[in-house]
Amino acid sequence: MQRMIEFIVGLLFGLGLLISGMTDPGKVLGFLDLAGTWDPSLAFVMGGGVMVGLLGFGLAKKKTTSFSGQAFQWPDMTQIDRPLVLGSLMFGAGWGLAGFCPGPALVAMASGNDKALVFVLAMLAGMALFGRFKKRDN
Amino acid sequence: MQIDWIHFTPWSSLMGGILLGIAAGALFLNSGRILGITGILEGLLTPKSDDSSWRLVFLLGMFASPLAAKFLLPAELLHAPRIDANWAMVIAAGLLVGFGTRWGAGCTSGHGICGLSRLSVRSLVATLSFMGTGFVTVFVVRHWL
Repeated sequence: MQRMIEFIVGLLFGLGLLISGMTDPGKVLGFLDLAGTWDPSLAFVMGGGVMVGLLGFGLAKKKTTSFSGQAFQWPDMTQIDRPLVLGSLMFGAGWGLAGFCPGPALVAMASGNDKALVFVLAMLAGMALFGRFKKRDN
Repeated sequence: MQIDWIHFTPWSSLMGGILLGIAAGALFLNSGRILGITGILEGLLTPKSDDSSWRLVFLLGMFASPLAAKFLLPAELLHAPRIDANWAMVIAAGLLVGFGTRWGAGCTSGHGICGLSRLSVRSLVATLSFMGTGFVTVFVVRHWL
């Protein structure tokens, strides 16, 4: 039952990305291009998502356990540190370069787009590379 | 500033955003997990015992969405991907996104939607950071080079 719910949530999330326009890099870059003709659509995606998210997480704050009985895994990190900022800056540079962030790239790949497939493979390589970088650092 | 009225889709983008918020809220309320694609992938790259199955079924749901959309949604609501980047840019972008999202511990879903919904200052800083370099990169690529 839990697995079924998680599958449906993944499906809804993918549909949300498709409807919102996030899976179209042209639309993402249209939003990031403030100096060109600007497409404000993505602000509406973020606004809609956060508006509903505030309700969901607000409700969770009042509860002690999730519906499945599993404990809520609230993120425990609150510090603003170098990895957070440098990593996010790096992510944004890649996002602006091709117009893909991780979720939409996965959905575009599943819709059969060849460039999205190559992007996802490079992204997984980048994630694996970070694992080695972190190990060496410790 | 000039608005691109031709491509501007306030309603479908708002509806899509609301679906993303419903999914994020539902996953947390039901399973107690943050809907962050970076974290979900990271958990599969470094698997811990019996923590992989929810990640896999969630991803399967995502992978099924383009097919479901064909049956459920009117064609005019869907955007075919328009990709200007050449192959070298696509690979460079993928590497930057993969490395950067793990380094910064999140992307547009985990920091952007879930983090802002939790009113996390840390996620706000991350979101402003990646949006900042996103704006700068597009400016450089489209208007400088």
